Amino acid sequence: MTAAGQAAAAVTADQLLVRVRELLAAHPPAATGREDFLRARFDAGLAWVHYPQGLGGLAAPRSLQAVVDAELEAAGAPDNDPRRIGIGLGMAAPTILAYGTEEQKRRFLRPLWIGEEVWCQLFSEPGAGSDLAALGTRAVLDEAAGEWVVDGQKVWTSSAHTARWAILIARTDPALPKHQGITYFLCDMHAPGVEVRPLRQITGEAEFNEVFLTGVRIPDAHRLGAVGQGWAVARTTLMNERVSIGGMRIPREGGMIAPVAAAWRERPRLRTHALHQRMLELWVEAEVARLTGERLRQQLVAGQPGPEGSGMKLTFARLNQEISGLEVELLGEEGLLYEDWTLRRPEIVDFTGRDAGYRYLRAKGNSIEGGTSEILLNIVAERVLGLPPEPRDDKDLAWKDLAR
Amino acid sequence: MTPPYPPSAAPLDLLYSETEEELRTAVRSLLAARCDAPGILGRIESGRPHDPELWRTLAVDMGTAGLLVPEKLGGQGASHREAAVVLEELGRAAAPVPYLTSAVLAAEILIGCDGPEATELLRELASGRRIFVPALPLTLAPGAPLPPPVRDVGAGVLSGTALSGTVMAVADAVAADVLLVLADTGLYAVPATAAGVALTPLVALDLTRPLATVTLDGAAGTRLADPATARAAIAGALLSGAGLLASEQLGIAEWCLTETVAYVRGRHQFNRPVGSFQALKHRLARLWLDVASARAAARAAADALATGAPDAPLTVAVAQAYCSGVAVRAAEECVQLHGGIGMTWEHPAHLYLKRAKADSLALGTAGHHRGLVADFAELPAP
Repeated sequence: MTAAGQAAAAVTADQLLVRVRELLAAHPPAATGREDFLRARFDAGLAWVHYPQGLGGLAAPRSLQAVVDAELEAAGAPDNDPRRIGIGLGMAAPTILAYGTEEQKRRFLRPLWIGEEVWCQLFSEPGAGSDLAALGTRAVLDEAAGEWVVDGQKVWTSSAHTARWAILIARTDPALPKHQGITYFLCDMHAPGVEVRPLRQITGEAEFNEVFLTGVRIPDAHRLGAVGQGWAVARTTLMNERVSIGGMRIPREGGMIAPVAAAWRERPRLRTHALHQRMLELWVEAEVARLTGERLRQQLVAGQPGPEGSGMKLTFARLNQEISGLEVELLGEEGLLYEDWTLRRPEIVDFTGRDAGYRYLRAKGNSIEGGTSEILLNIVAERVLGLPPEPRDDKDLAWKDLAR
Repeated sequence: MTPPYPPSAAPLDLLYSETEEELRTAVRSLLAARCDAPGILGRIESGRPHDPELWRTLAVDMGTAGLLVPEKLGGQGASHREAAVVLEELGRAAAPVPYLTSAVLAAEILIGCDGPEATELLRELASGRRIFVPALPLTLAPGAPLPPPVRDVGAGVLSGTALSGTVMAVADAVAADVLLVLADTGLYAVPATAAGVALTPLVALDLTRPLATVTLDGAAGTRLADPATARAAIAGALLSGAGLLASEQLGIAEWCLTETVAYVRGRHQFNRPVGSFQALKHRLARLWLDVASARAAARAAADALATGAPDAPLTVAVAQAYCSGVAVRAAEECVQLHGGIGMTWEHPAHLYLKRAKADSLALGTAGHHRGLVADFAELPAP
């Protein structure tokens, strides 16, 4: 069997289950080390079943991943801690798969999936956030050495302090218009000249970093895609980022509404009529958002993806902010308190098990990270509704001639 | 802690089936050919807003009047899912036909009565040849106390039934062949032309769903159910009606969004299409999000009703609490973003605004349904 299409047609849920049972028999989770089990799972093609054979998959339909995950979970098998390595799984991997050389795919995808190598994303810059293509980090080719020399500053980098590798976009031709002179690289975070500094946020925690790049040398073999094609490659990454942010499945009264509803039921003295009305409105909106996400999921399973995905991040950002704001108010004097202002460096962002003040402050980032709500509304307006773009005068100007 | 509401037995099917899409296509093309805004306005000005020819084609020829009625009783044996699709299209056209009142509310009441008389009437209703309308105020909501029943002053007298009383704001009464009347002695079918029945048309906010006051003065009727059965049947009908009204509201909102997007793309000001201004794009993108969410909520309600899901009352309350606001906002945005033309009588935006606003009171306001959510989800008021 050579063509991926044939393989996709051939692999069924039953065949996957047979493979899962073979894996479990050969590597009983109770008697196997965590990483050894994950390596065996990857090599059996059960890591991400829709990936090609030899790269952790079996070219099976993506929807069958759930069958594998459920069976392994029931057997008590360890997982690869997807929340800790979310950037690698959600953004780096699909981009490497789409644009990488065979050698890059074989080198990077296995340790990425197992979690031996954590990834981060060096995209945003202090001067280029929503206007990402305006970025100024420079990469200049040292032809004699076959290496690129990178100088610049990145910001909002989650996991930079734990990452071994980064996906990086840098400007390789400032004389071209801003979208054309960009190239995409895989950057070694341990290379000389990479400096990571924690960036403390309004929560008091340093979940993100600033990354300073000074004369960092990247071999040309770690370039992803053609020189000057970095914007097209980056769009693949960004589309996958938004899918992963909006695609979560939550139960009724799951998510941020849960602690508010629980507090309301357990503590009658907190109840006022004004808060009741706001809470019921938000409870209804959270339930409708859940149904909208479920409908989107059913559309995907039925092979009819709808444009609703473009909007789910907007909905969750707004709801998280409104609900967490209500929660602080509901709690009365307790809402005046905060858990801990000391500088801490969490490995993952987690809203559960935190107090209302943290949730309120952290939710402010939901309408900024992964594309601001304003940018996403433009995308919905232009791509879904077909409204005309605003006039722009920066598309054909050389990057070096743009106002800064 | 365990959530207090009953869990869904199976995940709701929130998509449209192929059959439903075929039904939609048929209804939409009928309405495109036979129900345009100038025609609706012409009828309104003639004082007879209902369109009997449109009803005949929709209800009789296409058989949609009996979608909720089992096949053995002369209906289509379909479900709330299909009726919801019809209502989406009727909302999109602001169609002046008594579908919600006859094919949904009256049908559900008769299904709930379950006697030979009700069965016979259900056959007539399902055929579409006679229009049945519950003599209840359009604002009556599931979970709310029923209005005081009219009195049967003839009880025990040889002449039989003699119903007397007044019911306010009865939707589509002027189109009815038969009124379903809740009296203190049970539920009665009363011919609209019977002696002792007076219909006084009211000047309604919604021009496309006329209202009337029904006054009974010793009217005779056929008894269909005892008081307890009648009340249960009405409660079930109100639940279905509220759940399916969400689909009509979705249709209204969709029309308003689509029309407005088309308008701002073509309308130029300041040497640009006004739809290229970010202030308008963001408003319309948010409205699109709300409409996409309303679709999920309305589909959930229709499917929960169709499958008899244990949490159907909660799902219906959620759909009503959400969709009525979306329809009103879509219609308000439609008027605003059309600028001056949106304020005129000849542009159809006002028909949708009036229907949307009236619908936000029909079968319970959003506030009433949020109160029901509070009960079902055990989130009590202070």
